[in-house]
Parts: sequence; structure tokens; C-alpha cells
Amino acid sequence: MSVKQHAEAAQEFIRDEARTDWHDETLWFVRHKRDKAVNTLPEWEILRDWASRIKNHTLSNLDHYLRSFEEKAASNGIIIHWASDAEDHNRIVHKIIADNKIERIVKSKSMLTEECHLNEYLQNKGIQILDTDLGEYIVQLRKESPSHIVLPAIHLKRQDVSETFHEHLNTEKGNYDPQYLAGSARHHLRERFIESDLAITGVNFAIAESGSFVVCTNEGNADMGVHSAGIHIACMGIEKLIPKTEHLGIFLRLLARSATGQPITTYSSHFHKPRPGQQMHVVIVDNGRSRQLGRADFRNSLKCIRCAACFNTCPVYRRSGGHSYHSTVAGPIGSILNPNLDMKANSDLPFASTLCGSCSNVCPVKIDIHDQLWKWRQVIVANGYVDKGKKAGMQGMAWVLSNPQIYRLSGKIGRWIMRTFPFMLNNSLNVWYKQREMPRAPEKSFRDWFKENK
Amino acid sequence: MSARETILKAVAMNKPELNDLPDIDLSLTIQYPDLIQQFTGMVEAAGGKAYYENSRQDLLNDIAEVKAEGKFMINLLEDSNDNEWANLKASELEALDTCYLQAELGVAENGAMWISEKQMANRLMPFICQHLVIVLNPGDLVNNMHEAYRQIDATANGFGVFIAGPSKTADIEQNLVIGAHGARSLRVYLIDSVDS
Repeated sequence: MSVKQHAEAAQEFIRDEARTDWHDETLWFVRHKRDKAVNTLPEWEILRDWASRIKNHTLSNLDHYLRSFEEKAASNGIIIHWASDAEDHNRIVHKIIADNKIERIVKSKSMLTEECHLNEYLQNKGIQILDTDLGEYIVQLRKESPSHIVLPAIHLKRQDVSETFHEHLNTEKGNYDPQYLAGSARHHLRERFIESDLAITGVNFAIAESGSFVVCTNEGNADMGVHSAGIHIACMGIEKLIPKTEHLGIFLRLLARSATGQPITTYSSHFHKPRPGQQMHVVIVDNGRSRQLGRADFRNSLKCIRCAACFNTCPVYRRSGGHSYHSTVAGPIGSILNPNLDMKANSDLPFASTLCGSCSNVCPVKIDIHDQLWKWRQVIVANGYVDKGKKAGMQGMAWVLSNPQIYRLSGKIGRWIMRTFPFMLNNSLNVWYKQREMPRAPEKSFRDWFKENK
Repeated sequence: MSARETILKAVAMNKPELNDLPDIDLSLTIQYPDLIQQFTGMVEAAGGKAYYENSRQDLLNDIAEVKAEGKFMINLLEDSNDNEWANLKASELEALDTCYLQAELGVAENGAMWISEKQMANRLMPFICQHLVIVLNPGDLVNNMHEAYRQIDATANGFGVFIAGPSKTADIEQNLVIGAHGARSLRVYLIDSVDS
């Protein structure tokens, strides 16, 4: 199966103009809520600075913190597993399921398990996982992937949800009321929570000094699952660590405000020990993260706390939709993380940006996202993963721009063509003509004008 | 080599030179002139309901009302018989309508309250109930999350949670729906001390 490149997929997305506008405005509304929440705190920039430096520190001593977390968690009765890659991760989770002869599994939102394609892996072994975050539940029923890491079903309208629920949950046809639809999902999923044997969650923060971990949700689905089931598996990337419990104060203040504009998520659950009789597992996953740690220009992408503020502010994301990024983590942060996972397959992503820098400005942990997008472009070109047309065009452009006489001559010819034969440029072969008019060609260049008027 | 060793070795090899932790000066963080006003405002903004004046009587009325309706309620304020509640399974708590419990601390900046496993008796309790009622001593209010973590001991129990408002979702077109999977409503009573 060939995956469409970002520009090609985006072209399909924007075909429905009204829907594109709606998507754009809905995400901008979330960005606006973020601004309002941020502006209530005079110390916002100080918090960003602390968070950034705590993460930089943690990454610079990560092996130590991983060992400390492992040791403390194990002494609290948590079983620790290590996974080098996605395959390892899936195998470990499957083994726990198989060893305990588990059939009923619920999962709360975990982008890591999406990254590892856990659902598909288990499905191929005849095991069904139920996603319980409402947005994830909706996209799972539709056999889609999340289009946004915080708002998985943001690409769908209430009519889509209504049709999906009518088909799968037998809800009233044509009832588009979000309250009714969410209520139906609540009713249906409640039974599944009660009878679940095993619950899988992600991890927002893992604390090295105590071996505990924190999971944040608004819906309460993570807690409904893990406190009902006999087994809890929490999956985390190695970069989720923070040194101390007190650092949570900083990160929890930043996370929800950046994500949705809430001052904190409804539930911030702190897991320290399994309850009596419960099994608690933590799977620590590398999957390319240690390699990214070794890339000096890109390592600080590992500071990411997955708030998605950079998605909501990005003019390209808002107008191209998450699925155009053909990856679990879309948006600007995905565009700097994914080339590390597979440079060739994701070579289009760092180009899906205007480099306006808004992503870096809203990032709560101060990742220099737009600089890294630009740097990835250099790496991708150097590795030969850029299409031939673009490469030839760039080389031609470089030649023209480095030869003043040729530059002047081509300017003259260009202006003459634009004035005399506009149809030669105003046609569908010219990508710059798509959805915009060509500018009017001036009579002469600035250089000529300056020579006459100085 | 095991995955563990491979990962730790790669991390040790690839990590940058040591960066220092920042000095965290909490005097730079927000303080509110009126903690109660800020806190109750945030509880309401999160979709909860807060009671302060006459709250003691309001709470008694609340309990009496739920009792009169004959619904399944658990009042951990009076009866925190740990062993009895701790062993209840999800299927036994499923019908729980209202749960009353005491929070250890409240945070003015966001309306969140810290509830440790000890106070909830059973980890499912504050999530599986349809309606959650929390009692908080106004003396246990702090300005912000930094102060909260200074005051609580997050590792004193096996589990603990900050709860701010009832459960909610905006996953359908960003429309706020109260009552996702956890409690459908939250009532907070600020009362000096339940026993007195």
C-alpha cells in the first residue's frame, strides 16, 4: 500500500472548502482557549523556562533516571519491562495477555500504543482491544486512526459521529446532539469497564525519585478501566521521565493549559503501588528515542509532553488535517519526530510547514520546532530523499541566483512573458497558479529603477 | 544483550553533557488575595458546584435528600470502614449513585482537590459514582500546584488523584459534554471541620 505524501493528501482534504474552514476555525478556537488560560498566569514564561530546563537536565542524565525509576517502581511492586522497539513492546503486552488468559481489554488514550500499532498486532492474534477515550472510540469504530493526539476525532462532524453510533450502537438516526451521543457511549462503555480483565494506559509523567507515574484524562476512562481490571499495563516512552514529584507542579500547570485551555485536566491520577491483588506493569519503550537523543540538532524534540498546542496553532495542520501526515503524531512536532523513525517514509513532513515559528512560540517546553523543521530539510536533501523535480528546481534556482547577469536576463525574460503571454504561466502546470493569481509584472526591475532615480 | 541493557547503553552513549536543573523560586508563582473566592470560581468553571456560606447545613440537606430518594450512596465522611469498601468490585459499585468523601487539599489556581487512596477507601469510588460530593476544609486551600506538592505526600498511599470538576469530554466537535465516563456531577462543600 503506497502512502500519500502530505501535499497530495492535503489536496484531497481541502477539496471540501466549507469543511476545511470549519476544521481551521475549530482548532483556532482551541488555540484561542489556550491563550486565555495562559494569560491568567504572570509566570507563564518562567514556567516554560523551568520545564524546558528540567527536561534538558533529565535527557542529559536519562540513563540514571531510568535506572532510578525502575528500582523504585520495582520496590513498590510494579513489574517493569523494557522494549527496544514497537515489535518488542507489542510482544511484551501480548505475553501478559496470553499468560493471564485475558479476553476483555480496555485501553485509554496512549499515543505510544498507536505508534507501535498495538491494536493491529493483537487483532492479528485474535485479541480485541476496546479504546475508551470518546474520540478514540469513535475513530476505532470507523476503522480510522486519530487525526490529533489530544482530540482524536477532531476531523469529524457530529453528523459523522451520529451515523457511526447509529450503525454500531443503534442510537437514534439523525440525532446529532453531542450530549445524547456522548451519553450513549458512556452507557455502552460502562459495561465494558465493569467486566474488563485488563486495562492499558499511557503515561504522562514518570517520576524517577519515587517510581510512580501520572496519567491525565478529562473523561475518567483511564481510572474506570484500571481500577476495575485485575491487571494494569502502562506503556511509556523513555522520555516521559521527570526527576522529582515536585516537578509535577510545573508540568501539570503547563499541560492542560497548552492542550485545551483548561487550568488542569479533570483527573490527574498518581499511581504508586498496585492495589492488593492487582498486577501493575510498566513497559518502557525506546523505539528510536535513544537514536534521536544522539542527534544534537533534534534531541530536544524528546522534551515533548504531547499537549498538541503546536498542532492547533499551525496554519498548515489546521488546513490539511491530521491524516495528511500519515503518522501517529501529526502536526509540527510529528514532522520533527517522524523522520527519526523512518527518514525516507517521512521525508515529506518537514516540508509541510511555512516555518512561521508559531509552533515554537506556543510550545510549553520550548522545543525549537521550526528550526528543527528547517534542519531536517537539510538532512533529508543530503540523504537524497527529496523528489527529483524539487531537487532540479532548487539546483537551477541556485545557479541563476549565483550568476548576476543570468539573474538579470531571466528577470527580464520572465517579466516580458508575464506581460505578453500570461497564459504561459496562468495554467494548471504552474503550481504557483493553483488557488492564487500570479502577480502583475512590473515594467522594470528595482535595479533598473534605482539606476535611473538615484 | 537484553533490551534493558541495549537501551541504557544507547542512552548513556547518546546523551548530551550534563545540564543543571533550574533553581525553582516559588516566590515567582501566583498568589491570590482571596483563596476561597478563586477556588470556588475555578470549581464552577470546571463544571462543579461549590458551597461555602451555610455549607454545613447545605451538606446535611444534600445527604438527607439523596437518602430520601433511596439511592445507593456511600458516605465516607461518617463511615470510612476501609476493609468493607476496599474489597468491593466494579460490579458491586456500579450502581453507586452518590459518594461523599473528604479531600486532603484544594488548589485555588485550578479548583483541583487531592484525594488519596485512604480518603477514597476504594480506588474506583470517586470515578464510578454518578455524583461525587467532596468536603474540603478551607484551611486546606493552597495557591497553586507547587504549594500543593509541598503539602501532600503523593507517595504516602498506593494511589492518589487530583480531581477538578466532573468528568467531561469535548470530543464531538469541541462541544463540552459533562459526564463522560466518571462522575456526572461534582458538589464541593467548604466546611471547617466535619466533626465539630
